[in-house]
Amino acid sequence: MVEDLAQALLEIIVNSISAGAHNIMIQFIVSELNNDIILQVEDDGKGMDAETIERVTNPFYTSRKTRKVGLGLAFFKGLSEMLNGSFRIDSEVGKGTTVRMTMEKNNIDLPKQGNLGEMMMIALHSGPDCEFTFTYQYNEARFDFDTKQVKEILETNRISDPDVLMWVKDFINQEVERTQTEVL
Amino acid sequence: MKSLEDLKRMRASVQKKMEMRDTDKDYRVVVGMATCGIAAGARPVLNRLVELTGAGEYSCTVTQTGCIGMCKYEPIVEVYDKEGKKTTYIFVNPAKAETILERHIGKGEVVTEYTVDSISDERLGN
Repeated sequence: MVEDLAQALLEIIVNSISAGAHNIMIQFIVSELNNDIILQVEDDGKGMDAETIERVTNPFYTSRKTRKVGLGLAFFKGLSEMLNGSFRIDSEVGKGTTVRMTMEKNNIDLPKQGNLGEMMMIALHSGPDCEFTFTYQYNEARFDFDTKQVKEILETNRISDPDVLMWVKDFINQEVERTQTEVL
Repeated sequence: MKSLEDLKRMRASVQKKMEMRDTDKDYRVVVGMATCGIAAGARPVLNRLVELTGAGEYSCTVTQTGCIGMCKYEPIVEVYDKEGKKTTYIFVNPAKAETILERHIGKGEVVTEYTVDSISDERLGN
């Protein structure tokens, strides 16, 4: 059950925050030439050992204590496989984790893109002490967002202010749309 | 059009708000944002809460938490008062979130009809 791609990405980002990451790099890359979409989240959190990586895509694995099933990563692995893509986790204990999923773009089962501005807003709200970069690429056009830049302009380390979060949401959605329609 | 220039204009007011410590707020509003919450519609709920608290008229902070452990009642919003007393609202949507802000945070009255204690067992599927 993946409603949209923004939801899938958000869940991977939330995993990174839970893993104690300080820096989280998020990429959403659409290529018409390759007919694919690549979603990637790279973090410098606590990482996982080989055995844990094996287990995380099992729906009955979770690190949480409140319920016995995890589901998140299992869904995304299933989704990318259904869409003739791939799902890959690279991780090293103490270094961090990279989750990368690829999907076929022109596929009837491809979920819609979803609200990426809202996704970043929720991510920033969820991990107020993390630094985030977000890259959206559509063919050759590209948009980069960096929380460090926002903090620099605001001259504060705390950007969990509601007005800032709403700006982030609107700004990212606007720039994503612009990137998609940019004529090259 | 949104631009980085907007942030420069917001700088003074954001810094001023940041000086007020969160502990001075009367309430803490917590939204469950695990897979279960998100799948049930917690994203627009959080969105609305953040949007409505931006003006600063409500004395509360809005934060996120993971799975609360009652997945089938999601989206769940918990309101903590200064004494740490918790009220659990279940099956919340953006409209209910707005009501909770208005009545609970704004006027200090619990919105009884949305709490986990008052929704019938039948509705809960028990």
